[in-house]
Amino acid sequence: MTDPIAAVEPAVDVHEHAGAGDSQAHHHSPEQIRAEMRVYLIVFAGLGVLTAATVGVFYLFHPAVHTAIIIALIIASVKGFLVAGYFMHLLSEKKVIYGVLVLTVIFFIFLMTLPVSHHANPFGS
Amino acid sequence: MDAHAHAAGGHAELEIPFNVDPRPDTGLYNAKLGIWLFLASEVMLFGALFSSLILLRTGADSWPRGYEFLNIKLATLNTFILILSSVTVVLAWSHLRLGNLKKGRIYISATVICALIFLVNKAFEYSHEFSEGRFPKTNNFLAIYFTMTGLHGLHILGGVIVFLYFLGPGAKMWAKEPQRYTNRIEVAGLYWHFVDLVWIFLFPILYLM
Amino acid sequence: MALRRQIRVGSQWMYADEAHKALREAIRVMKDETDSGQQQPWIRRYVFSTDHKWIGLQYGFTALLFLLLGFCLMILMRLQLGWPGQPFGVMKLLGETRAPGGILLPEAYNQLGAMHGTIMIFLGIVPLAVGAFGNYLVPLQIGAPDMAFPKLNMISYWCYLPGGLIMLASFLAPGGTAQSGWTSYPPLSVIASQGQTWWLVGMVFLITSSLLGSVNFIVTIIQLRAKGLSYMRFPFFVHAQFVTSFLLLLAFPPLEAAAVLQLMDRVAGTSFFLPSGLVVSGQALTNAGGGNPLLWQHLFWFLAHPEVYVLILPAMGIVAEIIANGTRKPLWGYKSMVFATVFLGFMSFVVWAHHMFLTGMGTTISAFFQTTTMIISIPSVIILSSLFISLWGGSIRFTTPMLFALAFLPMFGIGGLTGLPLGLAAADIHLHDTYYVIGHFHYVVAPGTIFAMFGGIYYWFPKVTGRKLNDFWGRVHFWVSFVCINGIFFPMFAQGLAGVSRRLYDGGMQYAHAKQIAAQTNPFMSICAIGLLVAQIPFIWNFFYNAIKAALGHRDERLGSNPWEATTMEWAATTSPPLAHGNFEVMPVVHRGPYEYNVPGEAAEFIPQHQPDAAEPAPRGGLLPATAVAMREN
Repeated sequence: MTDPIAAVEPAVDVHEHAGAGDSQAHHHSPEQIRAEMRVYLIVFAGLGVLTAATVGVFYLFHPAVHTAIIIALIIASVKGFLVAGYFMHLLSEKKVIYGVLVLTVIFFIFLMTLPVSHHANPFGS
Repeated sequence: MDAHAHAAGGHAELEIPFNVDPRPDTGLYNAKLGIWLFLASEVMLFGALFSSLILLRTGADSWPRGYEFLNIKLATLNTFILILSSVTVVLAWSHLRLGNLKKGRIYISATVICALIFLVNKAFEYSHEFSEGRFPKTNNFLAIYFTMTGLHGLHILGGVIVFLYFLGPGAKMWAKEPQRYTNRIEVAGLYWHFVDLVWIFLFPILYLM
Repeated sequence: MALRRQIRVGSQWMYADEAHKALREAIRVMKDETDSGQQQPWIRRYVFSTDHKWIGLQYGFTALLFLLLGFCLMILMRLQLGWPGQPFGVMKLLGETRAPGGILLPEAYNQLGAMHGTIMIFLGIVPLAVGAFGNYLVPLQIGAPDMAFPKLNMISYWCYLPGGLIMLASFLAPGGTAQSGWTSYPPLSVIASQGQTWWLVGMVFLITSSLLGSVNFIVTIIQLRAKGLSYMRFPFFVHAQFVTSFLLLLAFPPLEAAAVLQLMDRVAGTSFFLPSGLVVSGQALTNAGGGNPLLWQHLFWFLAHPEVYVLILPAMGIVAEIIANGTRKPLWGYKSMVFATVFLGFMSFVVWAHHMFLTGMGTTISAFFQTTTMIISIPSVIILSSLFISLWGGSIRFTTPMLFALAFLPMFGIGGLTGLPLGLAAADIHLHDTYYVIGHFHYVVAPGTIFAMFGGIYYWFPKVTGRKLNDFWGRVHFWVSFVCINGIFFPMFAQGLAGVSRRLYDGGMQYAHAKQIAAQTNPFMSICAIGLLVAQIPFIWNFFYNAIKAALGHRDERLGSNPWEATTMEWAATTSPPLAHGNFEVMPVVHRGPYEYNVPGEAAEFIPQHQPDAAEPAPRGGLLPATAVAMREN
């Protein structure tokens, strides 16, 4: 007699022991979670400092637009890296997610750079 | 698979694998992958608006400077508030992982409060601009400013609604499936961090350049 | 010291024997509840269903109706093109404002043109190819119980339908519906009448539906595939849908942004797309100006180019399935096809401005896009060639679905080849915005994609309903359609080369250089269009007659659950698998590739994907009955 359970079982995770090493959620100990919370607070402080720096740099260089743009974007990128890396835990994320994001960034770059190059090197120039 | 949920009567809801527990080879549960895909599409959405900004600005004869009339102080305060709300939501998720629903709810509420303060500040900003005769149709800088911050604001509002749901009727899930509830907060938190991330770029680009 | 085996069930670790007991109990209770007749209310089961099979059928019926509507709009256009300025009784349906005395006005022709394109692409083909075929088949083909997010699936459909209805409602707007082409170029679209605003709002709904659907598809395919189903064991149809979903996910948002910007221009008076100094009908516009019409074109085509691959990839997937099954051998070059599809998907994001060669581009951008466009033809050729070569040495069964799949190959070939001169700027100067373009893309979409859709309907109809469509009328449908469709579109290449522009309400009769060829070809093409309409009548009758009979319970018992003797897993589930119960009583485990037909050294003529390495051939009647019997006895 066919045992439906045996056929179902392959769809269920089977281990000989508990605590297999997947990151996030299930098997982090309370100490690990509390350690992560401390990291979040440090990152928060860093983000606060960088925000103040953004505005400070602006007033320092104002109104030299080009320098301001470059420095502000660099600082924003660092802040973005911190939010994405730690709050969104991208630094410890899975390959599938990285793959999707790398693809997205490539297309994002196309979208930023190509339309604005529309008139570069016009015919007859 | 919770045998007791089915035995309790009512309709047997279809069991979707890896809804709560990660699939071994990808290491992800379904909603985690789903929200990252959605965020990828959001990158393209805001990216299109940034691209529009670049195209319009580089092609413009004259382009007003945001810092000449926009309220930088209020926007800076808003930036701090939004970053604070990002911290509160990730702390909420951490407390839920520790099994502490009460603290989780406190931090989620803090997130919602920060978000509402952000929106109120934005309302002040907008009404100030309108009172000075600066509307989207006045020039293209204001057009893109209102469109981008407006769309961003709608995203904040969406997040607020989701968190209110999880504080309210959605909280019933904690009693039966705490892991699933925690995952939902994690996923909502990822969305929230993205909204914060967009603002981190919007703020200097619109206000300081 | 034997370890007492543990398995993880839900979020707990349990001893395996205890887990087995709990699972058995759960299944018993589940069967009890459903057998006692406790079913969902009618509205949950059939209106707001969360079952991918029913949602697929909802998409299918809705999309087919929209396709028919778009087709009828085209018939009206072709009547005008064949006999410009002539009154037609059927035109009177459009009302006195659009067709006074049954003579179509130019403004009305523009409305028909814009809406024909919009309806066919966004309300017809994509919902049919992805929403219907994709939704119904992908979970079955990967051995999943449903989509990863069933409720999201339901919401996707219920964003599509309102979006479609809003598009239809736009016909009633003052000034008529959208009439600036399906491409909605500003400044014309910004100053157009109210219908355009409805079009934009409808698009936002449709884009939302697509986005939610694409997330669902990608997560389902990655996360819910059956044990043993590695990526390179997917049926090609699943690869096609997978890549298509990525295109929808990442390419649609810029169009959504653009739609918002155009709405702002129309409703809030902004000037995103309106340049300074615009004068309309002698009146200078009072807007701020400084906008850029090219911005719309970039954002629009950023989506619209990947969109055309969304139109073709599912069709290629369907054709591949039918050909593998109909030749009784595996696809030739399966691996190359898979890599070509992924490469095609990637490249589709970098070719969009080949639609914009005549917008005053600089040499850098022009060279860039010509290069990428030429490169993207390579994966298309690889896929088409592999499908052609797959026929070699096959034991071909000329069933009705096979006829459509076979016809797809040369038709897509013509469509693809005629795209090449369009992708080179020098030739495009002459051919852009002419009938050559219309001929090119219709070849790919009409005898290309739509034929693949027809083939898919004939092929999978028995899976869904337990009945086959009538074979004789299927062949009539095929042959008459095939002849007429070529009659409509082939002369367009000649027209385009002669310089007949597109979107002319009289088909070119007002231009001296175009008059002769227009007069020679347009009436013939219009007669073929009417022939094509007539050819659909047997199909429509065939479809509804058999669907209604099946719904009333008249199955064809001789068919069994695998009438085409196919290997992929959708045929393992019982015919018309019941709603809301999952698809397989026992989740299948995959043991082999997707096209094990006539495997050398094997006794069986075909081996289903989920069949384990055993001596006995595939069980007739599918997986369900034997297992269900076993469980009842349990």
